[in-house]
Amino acid sequence: MVSPTNSTRNGEAPDSARRFRMRYILTVIATGVMLLFVAPLPRAQNLIVDISNPVVAITAGFAGTDLLLFGATGGDGDVVVVIRGPQEDHVVRRKERVAGIWVNGDEITFTGLPSYYATVSNRPIDEFVPADDADIHQIGTRSLLFRPLVTDEQQIKDPKPFADALVRVKEDRGLYTERPSSLSFLGHGLFRTDLHFPANIRVGTYGIDVYLFNDGELVDTKTSLLNIRKFGVEASVYNFAHRHSLAYGIIAVVIAAMAGWGANAIFARH
Amino acid sequence: MDIYLPIAEVSVNIFLILGMGGGVGFLSGLFGVGGGFLMTPLLIFIGIPPAVAVATEANQIVASSISGVLAHWRRGNVDFKMGSVLLLGGVVGSSSGVWLFTFLREIGQVDLVIRLSYVIFLGTIGGLMLIESARAMVKNHRQVAVSKRHHHNWMHGLPFKMRFRKSKLYISALLPFLIGTFVGVLAAIMGVGGGFVMVPAMIYILGMPTAVVVGTSLFQIIFVTANVTILQSVSNQTVDVVLALLLLAGAVIGAQFGARAGARLKGEQLRGLLALMVIGVCVKLGLELVATPDELFTIGPMGEH
Repeated sequence: MVSPTNSTRNGEAPDSARRFRMRYILTVIATGVMLLFVAPLPRAQNLIVDISNPVVAITAGFAGTDLLLFGATGGDGDVVVVIRGPQEDHVVRRKERVAGIWVNGDEITFTGLPSYYATVSNRPIDEFVPADDADIHQIGTRSLLFRPLVTDEQQIKDPKPFADALVRVKEDRGLYTERPSSLSFLGHGLFRTDLHFPANIRVGTYGIDVYLFNDGELVDTKTSLLNIRKFGVEASVYNFAHRHSLAYGIIAVVIAAMAGWGANAIFARH
Repeated sequence: MDIYLPIAEVSVNIFLILGMGGGVGFLSGLFGVGGGFLMTPLLIFIGIPPAVAVATEANQIVASSISGVLAHWRRGNVDFKMGSVLLLGGVVGSSSGVWLFTFLREIGQVDLVIRLSYVIFLGTIGGLMLIESARAMVKNHRQVAVSKRHHHNWMHGLPFKMRFRKSKLYISALLPFLIGTFVGVLAAIMGVGGGFVMVPAMIYILGMPTAVVVGTSLFQIIFVTANVTILQSVSNQTVDVVLALLLLAGAVIGAQFGARAGARLKGEQLRGLLALMVIGVCVKLGLELVATPDELFTIGPMGEH
C-alpha cells in the first residue's frame, strides 16, 4: 500500500502533531509523484466539471437522489469520477458458532473509511488507471486503504477477510459502488454521467473527484464538494433528539399518552 | 408513498407501516396482548435498525396500553396498589435494562441477546399456552386456569407482607416487586410491554384473579415503557417519534376491529391461536440463530449517534 494521504483528499483536521507531520511529508511525496507524471506532458489538457446541484436536501419524502455530472476533457483520455462520503470508523465483526448458535466473535475497527464510496468511469478502471495512481488516489474499492485500530491489529493477524467483507456488505447496501461503463462521451471530449445516492446515505460533505487519464498518465483532476443535509421537519426532529434528548423523550411519551387517550375517547363513544 | 424517518435514517413506505400497525393492532385487540413481541421483529425485518425498533416500539406501547387501561379502569378491573408495587420493580428493572442494552450495543452482542430472549421467552410461554388451551379444548368444559390459588408454600414466609384488596391477596410485596423488575429488564431489551410474561406470572405465581390481571398489567406497562422511552432517548437517541406515530395510528384502528372479532371466538380457541403465533415467531428467530448465515460478517459504524 502507498501513502494514505494526498493532495486531492478532502482536508480533515489532523488530531495530532505527529500525524500532521506524516501527512505533510506524504503530501509532498504524492505531489512530487504527480508532478513527475504531469511535467513532461506536451500539451496542457484541462478538465472542466460541474454537477447539477451542489446541495442535496433530505426531507420527508427523501428516497435517494440522482445528480447529473457533466464536463469536458479538452482532448482525448479516460475519465473516472470518485465520490467519497464523510469518513467514519467501521467495526467489522465475524460470526462464529458457539454451542450451536452463531454469535459475533472477532472484530476489527477500521478507521477513517468513507461511509459512501462510488466510482463511475467510461470503461473498467484497471484498463486505464495505473496501479500506482489507483493506490495513491484510492481509486476503486480494491485500492481503499484499510487502517485497523492498533489494538485490533495486534489481536488479529489477517485483516484482509474483514476488509473484503466490509466492501461486500457496503456493496449490498448500495453504499459502495463501481460503475465501470456509466460515464458516456458525447463527442469533442464532452462527457456526462448520473450519480446515484441511496436513501440510507449519511449527511455531511461529500467529495467528488474527477480524474483524467491519457495514455496511462494522470493529466488533470478536479474536485467538487457536495453537501448532503437534512432539511425541514426531519432536521428539526433529529437535532432536537440529539441536543435535548431528555425533553425529546418526555415529549415522545406525552404525545403517545395523548394519542392513546384520544383513541380511547373516540372509540368509547361508539 | 415513501417517508424518510428522521431517527432511523431510512426511507419506508408509509402504507406498509400503517398496514403493519393495523395488522398487529388487530391481533392485539383480538388476543388482548400488546403486540410488541410481533411488531419489534417485524420492524427489524423491514430494515429498521434493531436499536431504533426496540426503543420506538416502547414508545408506541405507551399509547396502546393507555388506550387499553382506560377501558379496564371503567369496569373497575385495575388493582392500583398491586400495579404500583409492580411498577416500582418495573422502573428499577427497565432502568437497568436500558443500561444493559447500551452496554451490549457497545460490545456488539445486542442483536444476539434480543434474539435469544425472544426465542427463550416466546418458546416457553407459547408452549405452555398451547398445552393449556389444547387441554381445555379436549376437556371441553369451562375450567378457569387458576387452580393453585392460596396454596401455601415458601413464598408466604417472605417479609414485607401487604394486603391487596382488589386482588384479594395478603402476600409479601417483594414478590410483585421482583416480578416487576424482571419484566422491566425484558421490556427494555426486547422492546415489548412484557404482558405475555407478566400476565402468566400474576396468575400462576401471585395467584391474582384473572379479571384484574390484564388491567393491572397494562397499568404498570404504561409507566415501564414510558421509562424505557425516556431512558433510550437520553442514552441512545433511538426513539423515532414519526415511526411511533405512524404505527400507533394503524394500531389504534386495528385494535378496535380485533376486539370485535375476538368477541366471536371462544377463550381457549383464542389462546390456542395466540400460542401458535407466538411459537411461529419463536421458531423463525430460533432458526436464524442456528442456520449458517449467508454473510458471516456484520458491520456497524462506531460511535454512532
